[in-house]
Amino acid sequence: MKPPAFDYHAPAGVDEAVEILAEAGAEAKILAGGQSLIPLLNMRLVTPGHIVDVNRVAGLGFVEAGPDGVRVGALARHSQVERLPELRRVQPLLGQALRLVAHPVIRNRGTVVGSIAHADPAAELPAVLALLGGSVQTRHAAGGRTIPAAEFFVGPLESALEPGELAVSVFFPALPPRSGTAFAETARRHGDYAIAGVAALVTLGPDGEPERAAVACVGVGPVPIVVETPYRAGWDGAAEAVAAAIEPEDDIHATAAYRRHLTGVLAVRALGQATEEARG
Amino acid sequence: MNEITLTVNGSVARVVVPARRLLSDCLRHDLGLTGTHVGCEHGVCGCCTVLLDGDPIRSCLMLAVTADGHEITTVEGLAGPGGELSPVQRAFHESHALQCGFCTPGFLCTVTALLRDNPAPTEAEALEGVSGNLCRCTGYQNIVKAVHRAAELTAEETGPDDDEAVR
Amino acid sequence: MTTKLFGEPIPRREDPRLLVGGGRYLDDLGPGALAAAFVRSPHAHARIAGVDVSDAVEVDGLVAIYLWEDLPDRVGEPLPLLIPHPALTHGRTAHPLARDVVRHVGEPVAMVVAVDRYTAEDVCALIRVDYEPLPPVVGPENAVQGSALVHADVPGNVGAHLVQEVGNAREAIEEAEHTLAFRLDVERSASMPLEGRGVYARWDSGDSSLRVYTSTQASTSVRMAIAATLELPLPSVEVVAPDVGGGFGVKIVHPWPEEILVPWACIRLGREVKWTEDRREHFISSAHERAQVQYVRVGFDSAGRVLGLELNILHDHGAYTPYGIIVPIITSTQALGPYKIGAYRVEFQSIYTNTVQVTPYRGAGRPQGVFAMERTMDRIADHLGLDRTEVRAANFIQPSEFPYDQGLTFQDGRPLIYDSGDYPASLELLKSLIDWDSFEERRAEAAAEGRRIGIGLGCYVEGTGVGPYEGGHVQVTSDGRVHVSTGLTSQGQGHETVFAQIVAEELGVDISDISVVTGDTRRFPYAVGTFASRAAVMSGNAIALATRKVRDKALRVAAEALEADPGDLEIVSGIVRVRGNPTAAIPLKTVAVLSNPLRYAFDAEAARATQFAAPGSPDEPPLKEEPGLEGRDYYSPIRSTFASGMHAAVVETDPVTAEIHILRYVVVHDCGKLINPLIVEGQIHGGVAQGVGGALYERMAYDEHGQLLNASFMDFLMPYATEIPRIETAHLETPSPLNPLGIKGAGEAGVIPVSAVVASAIEDAEGLVISRMPISPSDLYDLRLAAARGEAERTSRSAG
Repeated sequence: MKPPAFDYHAPAGVDEAVEILAEAGAEAKILAGGQSLIPLLNMRLVTPGHIVDVNRVAGLGFVEAGPDGVRVGALARHSQVERLPELRRVQPLLGQALRLVAHPVIRNRGTVVGSIAHADPAAELPAVLALLGGSVQTRHAAGGRTIPAAEFFVGPLESALEPGELAVSVFFPALPPRSGTAFAETARRHGDYAIAGVAALVTLGPDGEPERAAVACVGVGPVPIVVETPYRAGWDGAAEAVAAAIEPEDDIHATAAYRRHLTGVLAVRALGQATEEARG
Repeated sequence: MNEITLTVNGSVARVVVPARRLLSDCLRHDLGLTGTHVGCEHGVCGCCTVLLDGDPIRSCLMLAVTADGHEITTVEGLAGPGGELSPVQRAFHESHALQCGFCTPGFLCTVTALLRDNPAPTEAEALEGVSGNLCRCTGYQNIVKAVHRAAELTAEETGPDDDEAVR
Repeated sequence: MTTKLFGEPIPRREDPRLLVGGGRYLDDLGPGALAAAFVRSPHAHARIAGVDVSDAVEVDGLVAIYLWEDLPDRVGEPLPLLIPHPALTHGRTAHPLARDVVRHVGEPVAMVVAVDRYTAEDVCALIRVDYEPLPPVVGPENAVQGSALVHADVPGNVGAHLVQEVGNAREAIEEAEHTLAFRLDVERSASMPLEGRGVYARWDSGDSSLRVYTSTQASTSVRMAIAATLELPLPSVEVVAPDVGGGFGVKIVHPWPEEILVPWACIRLGREVKWTEDRREHFISSAHERAQVQYVRVGFDSAGRVLGLELNILHDHGAYTPYGIIVPIITSTQALGPYKIGAYRVEFQSIYTNTVQVTPYRGAGRPQGVFAMERTMDRIADHLGLDRTEVRAANFIQPSEFPYDQGLTFQDGRPLIYDSGDYPASLELLKSLIDWDSFEERRAEAAAEGRRIGIGLGCYVEGTGVGPYEGGHVQVTSDGRVHVSTGLTSQGQGHETVFAQIVAEELGVDISDISVVTGDTRRFPYAVGTFASRAAVMSGNAIALATRKVRDKALRVAAEALEADPGDLEIVSGIVRVRGNPTAAIPLKTVAVLSNPLRYAFDAEAARATQFAAPGSPDEPPLKEEPGLEGRDYYSPIRSTFASGMHAAVVETDPVTAEIHILRYVVVHDCGKLINPLIVEGQIHGGVAQGVGGALYERMAYDEHGQLLNASFMDFLMPYATEIPRIETAHLETPSPLNPLGIKGAGEAGVIPVSAVVASAIEDAEGLVISRMPISPSDLYDLRLAAARGEAERTSRSAG
């Protein structure tokens, strides 16, 4: 299990990086944290002609929390984002999700942007971005763009990023007023990809009752499944809405029926916890 | 081929490696530091865990070239300058926290960083702290015990003046 | 320092080097060696139509590519069938490289040698093998239909068929007041040591000698196999097991193809060659175990006493049978556990499938047998409305009944006669530790909180320390050091510590003066291997006997020097002295010098010793016995010694998500006299953890095409620390009357009953009959749905 040979590039800046990417096109893979890419290389499940190692690119290791939300640069590690003091106040869901990403040692190296770009429907962070309606900022040789989360996740391990395009940061919008979040998931082993998981965002009305609520479901469809979940004196309707929207499949760890059941249960739990959070 | 400079266990090493050389292989085969073990090469088992600029990482999930210019601590660098075992190493010995010893270097590096950041972990924190490393021999009970014992040993050695800082 | 060390929980002597990265595991050796890699079949069953290496040979750094056709006759022959058995009528083993047909995903087709592993894998990727797929045979129940064959000359895919019977079980069942019949399933798992296999060979063309390092549990036998296959004189071959990163059974198989091919290529190329198995290779080319379909029929009386039991086993042994049919034989015999079963009939068929071969994994068929018997005990209890512990107690062999002859033939070919044990005392201790009798109160408390808990137990007897023999060698040198060696190998059991404890105690020397070497044929060429919980029993006793020889000789020689009677001497902290007269003393190191009539004064001790040298009689030759203060001896038991244990667990099942948590896990263990309690506890912890893996997490998931779907640590769910409960242990010490030290084996014990215990507890929590392990939350959820539809069996307690 050794990586195949490739041409290695270690650009020092974004401009240089996107130039190399433009030239290499679809033959290139971007290496940041490497916690998903390098296993694939070691198993030779991917054999890119070029590896563009962005770890030396200046100015991408930032994480900033402002009133609008949290912006995370392409080289910010999970653990670095997790430790951001303002995270809990500005967007608690991000911290709630990060604690569920693999194990601490993986989070020391893995990047938030890399996890988003990898677009694994079983991963937590894509669900967070999708639920919050965040966005991905990119650069390519001809400029750059902002891709809304709703357009970013295209399929399993497939994003809207084009060859030659570098995701330079992602933006997670701040928690709206009178709102709370939660992330509930069940994994076979602690730290594994979830059998099913649900991120929830609940906003209370002036009466203190949930006014708007939505969830994003993990591991039960080709992309994170975002569902508006009505509150009708309880979350039973939410469970039904979720069950109708998701598309779970059988695999060696769980049946589709179990995943469907579990997602409904987790949705109710997450929505309940998020409501509690919102009520403070 | 790429010439890289690593500071490993306090010594500067210059080594020429192909870009695809994994850091784990570079440490083991280019630098001869075979204490870092390779158990899965897909980042799950934790045998290859080393400290990169002080933080534990999987050396099988990092290219050696990416580590250029960084500081690395391996199991060979955990003992004191005179070769005396560190509190974590002594705790593993006292607690019978190793059997075949293959996963041990990864656990030692992980626990060393864990206790540096959290000198008196709770049971749950100790368990969570070692939960990213596989061991097939011990059933983990003595490893968790060793985490607490290492915390005690460290506290004893830090002395009463530093107790405030510890807890 | 005390020399009373037997039974003391001293920390291990191997730790200091392992804690600083000073271990020497296989891949740590031979830094300049060429690297080998293998092209392995991606098909479960296929004919090899051709191999094209034209692109591969262009790779810089390639040294050699070998196919089966390239192997000389002897090397290319099928690998040996290690343990033949008359019932194994159709034993089949693989060629080191596939010849014409591949029979499982992962079977080696081509060997590549290159300057490093990266390059070798590049070459493998460029070798194009033209496969013509053949119908894959997966699952023993499909296989036994015989519509497609794994081996064209094995009809019905049946490799072996064996019936053992004591009394007339069928008649006893028919005549019994109560009868039950049911099916049980256990899925595949694997040893999965964190270090895979590996082989490193060095050839000295100057003296035509070969040294092979291999990560094995049986270095002496690997040596014999290499010498025979490569047609080398045995004295020219040395095999060393270095530090081994776990074995658990998979490394007892020998020779693995690579153990022949790597040395062969090394000699042929005149270069050092090393192969280090990677994790993916380990999943698809090293052995698995556990998969069995088992049918039980039992007849019993109203007190729960078993009158007749019939066990029918379909054993999936994968594509080949290099290790014979040891696993189903062990299931057949060890299913009996601590019980007196009135009449017993066991029948198994061992079935070929297009999957990785099956050879022993820690427990080796016992977990399946115990699962069968303990599920039976629970079903009897449920049927009669009795407490599960009462039914077991009603069937126990009593302490007064030892030795107890079960009337069967055990894995070693010897009668299945239990030597000692105290099963009622074990059960009482277990019940008190887990508060068995007050559990209903706790269940009610939990239920009041909306929680669902259950309790379960499992009992087993384990034949340990199978023969035929092990040996030990002990030498005291003139520097006072004591060098101990035995041929069997170590994979974390702490042999360097426990064998030193035995020698320290037997010889009367400080443990710091003792060093122990295992698994190195240069030091001890005769051995069987480390498996079947036999190392402490076999080598421990052999070393004790060898030490006693050394002690006797030391006393004889010292007595002559001190002009005393040997019977008046004692050895304390390395000094031989006259009891009651400490001034009349001579150090053991001096005795070592005196034990050799030729003593050039190479060291101070030899010079000093001359003062003790009695002038020899001119009428006698100077050498009266072998020179040197050393002894070699062997221990060969008449039969195995039988350890036992009982486990209990409390589990919680989530009423909504069907998640399963073990809240308490209690072990009562009896392996006779403990040499080192710290190490025995460690063995139990590790065994239970593997058992929990097998009960709740681990299974090899083959699809119908024979593809292993979870050949990685991401999807083969070995438990982390967070998945293993705290294990509470207690010991009984019923000595074995069979061996000098009174010990029994402990290596496998922990793993054996865990699936049975966890199933018992889940069944108790859920009121649903559990008959298949492992069980995941998804499986339990499905079982609940089936029960709701009336399609799954409920326990009488829950139905009532």
